[in-house]
Amino acid sequence: MGFEIDQKGFYGEFGGAYIPEMLYPNIRELEENYLKIIGSEQFREQFRRLLQDYAGRPTPLFRADRLSEHYGTNIYLKREDLNHTGAHKINNTIGQILMARHLGKRRIIAETGAGQHGVATATVCALTGVNCIVYMGALDVERQSPNVKKMKMLGAEVVPVHSGNKTLKDATNEAIRDWINHPVETYYIIGSVVGPHPYPDMVTRFQSVISEEIRLQLAEKTGRDFPDYLVACVGGGSNAAGAYYHYLDDERVRLISAEAAGMGVNSGQTAATSLLGRTGIIHGSRTLLMQDEDGQIQEPYSISAGLDYPGVGPLHSWLAKTGRSTVYAATDEEALQAALLCTRKEGIIPALETAHALAVLDKITPGKEETVVVNLSGRGDKDMETYINRLSL
Amino acid sequence: MNRIDQLFREKGGEILSVYTTAGYPDLNDTPALLRALQSGGTDMVEIGIPFSDPLADGPVIQQSSQVALQNGMNLKLLFSQLTGIRSTVHIPLVLMGYLNPVLQLGMENFLEKCREVGIDGVIIPDLPPDEYEARYFELFKKYGIHHILLITPHTSTERIQKIARLSKGFLYLVSDASTTGVKSEIGRHQIEYFQRIRKMDLPLPGLIGFGISNRKTFRTACMHAGGAIIGSAFIRAIGEEGPLEEKVKRFISSIRV
Ligand SMILES: Cc1ncc(COP(=O)(O)O)c(C=O)c1O
Repeated sequence: MGFEIDQKGFYGEFGGAYIPEMLYPNIRELEENYLKIIGSEQFREQFRRLLQDYAGRPTPLFRADRLSEHYGTNIYLKREDLNHTGAHKINNTIGQILMARHLGKRRIIAETGAGQHGVATATVCALTGVNCIVYMGALDVERQSPNVKKMKMLGAEVVPVHSGNKTLKDATNEAIRDWINHPVETYYIIGSVVGPHPYPDMVTRFQSVISEEIRLQLAEKTGRDFPDYLVACVGGGSNAAGAYYHYLDDERVRLISAEAAGMGVNSGQTAATSLLGRTGIIHGSRTLLMQDEDGQIQEPYSISAGLDYPGVGPLHSWLAKTGRSTVYAATDEEALQAALLCTRKEGIIPALETAHALAVLDKITPGKEETVVVNLSGRGDKDMETYINRLSL
Repeated sequence: MNRIDQLFREKGGEILSVYTTAGYPDLNDTPALLRALQSGGTDMVEIGIPFSDPLADGPVIQQSSQVALQNGMNLKLLFSQLTGIRSTVHIPLVLMGYLNPVLQLGMENFLEKCREVGIDGVIIPDLPPDEYEARYFELFKKYGIHHILLITPHTSTERIQKIARLSKGFLYLVSDASTTGVKSEIGRHQIEYFQRIRKMDLPLPGLIGFGISNRKTFRTACMHAGGAIIGSAFIRAIGEEGPLEEKVKRFISSIRV
């Protein structure tokens, strides 16, 4: 079974580009050029250099001894939290800002939920000196004020979105509408492996540096270049796609995706998209999404702002559907406890999103001799207020 | 014969098509609105199926969709409201909606219902032409429903030819690179685009939509195409206070005498 995107932009039945005609020239331009650009010597060198000298790659693969002892197995943490701006998101925004430059676009737009992708986008725009407009749901602007201030300090314009539920999905709608209204000069830096083809594939490629490094680092540390379990949280699915990429066809590696159960998968307050979703169209992609009987898209809930997206990247729908990945859902409470455990055992405060991946360690049963890699997608600085309140610190 | 084809055959130009969101301003307003639009002199109506995430729409239609959803509108209810409408409304009716709600009902089921209640055409802006051709072309034919496609000033000549071949009834000429209701003028480069389309001698008539908001822009559109579609300006008008029929009548007569 292949897990690469096909000629038409699909992973099996998922993916495609379900966009109004107004967006067709933009998407077409990107689709015709992205592989050529990514493959060019010049792009590869620029990308490699920025990942190394600016983002701080390669990120370490760290054997978490005390967590390993706790779970009776061998746990390695891929330290994406040590990237500049504190998460894997920068891998993608560096790739896309270079893409925008190669396409000659000088006006950048992006959507953001918690503000992590917005900050990562504003950062690379400051770095390259281009205009940056970030759409953010009005509710999120209120909830995530430190990130809003960071973006502003970086020189970005943050536009509060008042349509719909005023959160991530509405911010994404508004970014797409901006693109419709400014088709020629604008480049849209999408924040995950979602949206119309070729975005899911392009973002996956930019994030695939994660699995490329895991392979080399595991070989060096364990004498074997693959783990038995590979665990990542899935919001849109970009850190997971990047961690899985070089192992997609390697059936020896069990791919474990952690979704946010919120208050519980069946509580109605959840973001367990691939467990609860039905196939439909969201933001130009055919994928699993949370919707009501009439096909209206539902607002998800999770304690972690980065996981409450009502859809999931088409690659993940396909991995789940084919059984290549196993999807678990961790509740708010499980994630909080897992974050505390990681902090106390390893001295690493993870992002709330990442905490969902860590929580899944309680749900799988790796053997004593087996190896587990957890993609530590981000650091917890941005979540301190939640940790303080919920853990009564 | 499909009522859209009949309309274009009987009336060569100056066709006024009005867009209205189903279930707006009140849940049960749509059938009365259709009758009022017909008696006010509208040639065709596009009934918008409200969607939670209307990507191609500007603030006015977004807001009307949100109100309609809050009112409780959905596709099944819309079909039941439209049942029997053909005893009083004889102008062509087109359903316009995003793909997801249609897919959840099932495309064939949707088209069957369309035929049952007397819908003549369907516009689904986020259904790509290729996918329509590969998956649904035969189904639309089977149920006798016209599928109407969009082109924009940025659509290439080759692609226009292809879309014009797939589109039935008329071709929807999006006036400018924009979401609905954002632009309110027709500028020089748009007129050049309309002239370019006209010179292509396409096999079906075109109606201009997006940015047609008043008598002046309607007149301009009629000079360059078969007529025009008005959406946001109409939604704004019926959102105001007052009896529905009067608002409709006043609006239509502000567009043409
Ligand atoms: C640290 C971290 N991990 C994970 C995510 C979820 O995104 P994705 O599933 O695309 O990796 C986010 C999103 O904001 C994040 O900030």
